[in-house]
Parts: sequence; structure tokens; C-alpha cells
Amino acid sequence: MNETRNIGDTLLKVDNISLSFGGVKAITGVSLEIREREICAIIGPNGAGKTSMLNVINGFYHPQEGTITFGGEVRKQMRPHLAAAGGIARTFQNVALFTGMSTLDNIMTGRNLKMKKNFLWQALNIGPARKEELEHREFVEHIIDFLEIEAIRKTPVGRLPYGLQKRVELGRALAAEPKLLLLDEPMAGMNVEEKEDMCRFILDTNDEFGTTIGLIEHDMGVVMDLSDHVVVLDHGEKIADGVPDVVRADQNVIDAYLGVAHD
Amino acid sequence: MFRQNGSFAKTMEVLNAIFVLPFVDMFTEPVFFAEVVVGGLLTGVMYSLVALGFVLIFKASGVFNFAQGAMVLFAALTLVGLMEKGVPVWLALIIAAGVMVIVAVVIEKLVLRPLVNQPDIILFMATIGITFFLEGFGETVWGSDIHRLDVGIPDATFEIGGMLLNEFDIWAAAIGAAMVAFLALFFRYTVIGRALRAVADDHQAALSVGIPLKTIWIVVWSVAGFVGLVAGIMWGTKSGVQFSLSLIALKALPVLILGGFTSIPGAIVGGLIIGVGEKVAEIYWGPLIGGAIENWFAYMLALAFLLFRPQGLFGEKIIERV
Repeated sequence: MNETRNIGDTLLKVDNISLSFGGVKAITGVSLEIREREICAIIGPNGAGKTSMLNVINGFYHPQEGTITFGGEVRKQMRPHLAAAGGIARTFQNVALFTGMSTLDNIMTGRNLKMKKNFLWQALNIGPARKEELEHREFVEHIIDFLEIEAIRKTPVGRLPYGLQKRVELGRALAAEPKLLLLDEPMAGMNVEEKEDMCRFILDTNDEFGTTIGLIEHDMGVVMDLSDHVVVLDHGEKIADGVPDVVRADQNVIDAYLGVAHD
Repeated sequence: MFRQNGSFAKTMEVLNAIFVLPFVDMFTEPVFFAEVVVGGLLTGVMYSLVALGFVLIFKASGVFNFAQGAMVLFAALTLVGLMEKGVPVWLALIIAAGVMVIVAVVIEKLVLRPLVNQPDIILFMATIGITFFLEGFGETVWGSDIHRLDVGIPDATFEIGGMLLNEFDIWAAAIGAAMVAFLALFFRYTVIGRALRAVADDHQAALSVGIPLKTIWIVVWSVAGFVGLVAGIMWGTKSGVQFSLSLIALKALPVLILGGFTSIPGAIVGGLIIGVGEKVAEIYWGPLIGGAIENWFAYMLALAFLLFRPQGLFGEKIIERV
């Protein structure tokens, strides 16, 4: 697969990360790499530490040990604004949209970091800031077209069905033109049709914009179809890492998912 | 039901006094009624101004800022203190506004940031702490006397169509209305306004798109400080700058319950309803029970609202999915 997929060098590298909350260990000594333009899936049973790993990568959680290398910089801890500024965008497991705002406004917030004009100009909303706003608006309309959500442009997102909310959330992440897009269970709670749509958008994003994607997903069919490379976590530890077919056949993975007879 | 004629007559008399006579009065003397209503509206705008400060902070940080009243007092004290030292009005206004920005920065640094992601009740308690600090600090610096405040807004009484109106009240209403319009537009149409609404909705999501929480909080608390300053000028001019200014925060509570904690238009409409409601109740129903309805009518109204429409007139409806 790799020869046709044009996968590049390492974009993100987490090395030997350990994270605990008080006495509870969430992640123990996990290392993983995500390379440019690939789709990397992080899978594992509930409580395996997948979301914690995402939170470490974008700086919500600060690990006690290990390093995070992104864009050539080695850090002990990431910070949310550094992550956002460096080009990491993400979605959340339980959709974290700004529910009172329209679809358009939600996606516009994703452009926040791209708006460079002076704070005062923005406050007054005149002159250069006005022009800038229009340019960003154009980009956002492009994303809205791409995700086929033109019809709900002005609808407050709180009123949208779950599947569409997930799509808007993806739109907000895309608006930041991320280098690395982290998706936390993008297909959770969706019906088959919605899942197919979401798969298509993820693949198209990867294809058209060359965005590197790290995703957490439970649907094995989806994971095996989409990803170039799969990392399996269980009880906070990495138990497998490789191309989908190899991971699928791995005995440790099968044990983790199906349980293992204790004899 | 009414065995004795006398008791029946008495009941009718009471009902008559409550449900008929006040309305007869309103219709027979429309000019006086209008004067009462306008007076209520003008007071209402002043309530709205105080409530607005609450709404701003609640919208952006989900914190019920108990210290808003103390900020009104502190801003007014600073202004009046400077003016008594001989600083010209315009300069004193700028300095007082600057002081409110400093207060905002300090609050963000020392109170909000260490408490980020704590339960709301903790932040609420922290704002009670801020209240005591601001009150105490203000009095230490500027003394606890009642100060007279006059920033040069004309204060003459005049007559329109038989109604007696006060020029200062008109000014206060106009300034209040202008501020409200400005803030509503600011929230709706600017990048910062959008960021503010985003932070209000979801801190984590806002962080993940790179909205600087710190800056947003400072902006909001500063703006709430400015609103407090304006409210302080209005109330201070009316009743002197004194400790009781801090207590008008309590008058803003029923306004917020009526209008909804998250709605700027709600703060306005709520303020107007409370202002008119208590004046009308005082004049027309007050004498029945010996007056002084004005002091508690607002809270009764708020209580009724809590029973039937807890989210307020414009608040977001609270729906729990089970």
C-alpha cells in the first residue's frame, strides 16, 4: 500500500509516555509515530488509554514521563495553544461544539488562529479586519461545500442531529488547515449511512489536502479499511503496532479484544 | 359559602380594591400612570446596567460573579476619589477605566487561572472573596464616607405632556441603551465576540481551536468593569457613592432570573419589567398593605418565574437527556 500512498517522514513522535492521575496509571511507557500523510488508527478496548493519548498529544494532559516531538520540536509536555498553533486540530469523543452558535460560526472559530490582524481592529470590526474576515469566510464556505452541509449553514448546531454535529466538528478542525488531524471516535453512535459518509470525508481530506490523520475508532471494519497503520493499546500499554493485516492476526490483540482463558 | 352578609360585603370590597380600583385609577388618570411607567422604565435601565455586568461574565466563563456589585462600588469610589483630589472628570474617567482593566488582569491571574476547571461553586465562592476584598480595599484607599458624585450630566426636571421627567434619568437611559446595543453587536459580529461565545460554550473545544482563554477572560472582566463603572456613575450620582452601592447587585438578581443568565437582551427586558413592575405595584397596590412593596416585589416576581419558567424569558432552555 505504501508505494502508492506517498507517505513521508515522521510528523509526530511520542516517546515512552507515562501518564497517571494520582495512583491510577492511564498510560505506561507508550511510544508511537505518525508519519506525514498517513492515516494512523489507535484502537483498544474501553479504558485502554486511547483518549488520554490524544489528550497528551494536544496538550490537555501533561504526562509525567516521556517526550512529544512534533514539527521537529521535542517537548516534555504539549500545551493546547501550542498544539493548535503548530497545526494540530482535533475532534472530541462527545462532540464539543459551541452549541449556541451556527454551523458557520462554529467552523469560523477554527480559523481563529489564522486571523492575524490586530486585536483592536478586530474589536472594531472595520478596515483590514473586515477584509480578512471575508477572506476567511470564503475558505470556510469551501469547507462547508466539501462536507456537504450547505443546508445547515445558519442552523444553531445544538439543534442538529448527532451525525451532522460530528460533521460540523470535523469542519471546524479542518478550518484550521491542520497538519495533523486527531479524530476521537468520529463514527461513534452513527448509523451505517452516516458512517459511510464520514469515512468518505476522512479519506477525501487525506487525499485532497494531504492531511495526516490520527484516529480512534471502535468499528474494526472502518479501521481496517481506512488506516495505513494501526496502534493497539490495552490497559495503558502498547500491545501491537503495524499494518492492519498484521495487527488483525496478532494473538495479543485477539486476546485483548476477546478475552483470554485463564488456565 | 358566605353565611353572613357582612363577611360577603367585606370580601367583595377587598377583591374590588385589588382587582378593580387600581385599574380604574390607571384609566381615569392616564398621565399620572404614564409618569409612573416611565419612571419605572428609567429605573429599570439602571437595573439592566448592573445585570449586564453579570451576564457578560456568566456568558464567557460560566461564573456567577457575586463581585459585580463590589466592582460597581469600587469603580465609582475610584472615580469619585480621583475627582475629589482635583483630577478633571475626563482624566478621572480614563484612569478609573484603566483601574478596572488592572482589576480584571489581577483577578484572572490570581483567582481564575488557578481555579480553572474547578466546579462552578468554587468559582462562585471565589467571587464572594473578591467582593470582600474590593469593598475593603476600596474603603481603605478612599475612605468610607458618602461621596457626592457629579460628572456633569444635567439634572433638571422638565415637563412633557403633563409628565414630570428628570433630565438625568433620560441621559442614564440613553447611555444604558447605547451600551447595550454596542455590546449586543460586539458579541454578534466580531471575531472577539465569536471567541467569547465559543469560550462560554465549551472551554476545552475553545482551547483546541487555539482561542486564548486568558485574553478572553481579561477582556470580559474588563468590559464587566466598564459596565460597572457606568452603573456606578449613574447610581452614584443619584444616591451618592457609598457602601450600599455594592448591594444593588442584589437587585440585579431578580432581573437575571427574569431575563435569563445568558441573555443580553434578557438583562435589558428583565430590568425594565422589574423597574416598571415595582413602581406600578408600589403606587397602585402598595397602599393596601401599608406601602413599601417596592423593596420586595422584584423578588416575588422572580420567585414566580422560578416556579414556571426557570430558564428566564430569554435563557437557553435546560433540557436534560436521560
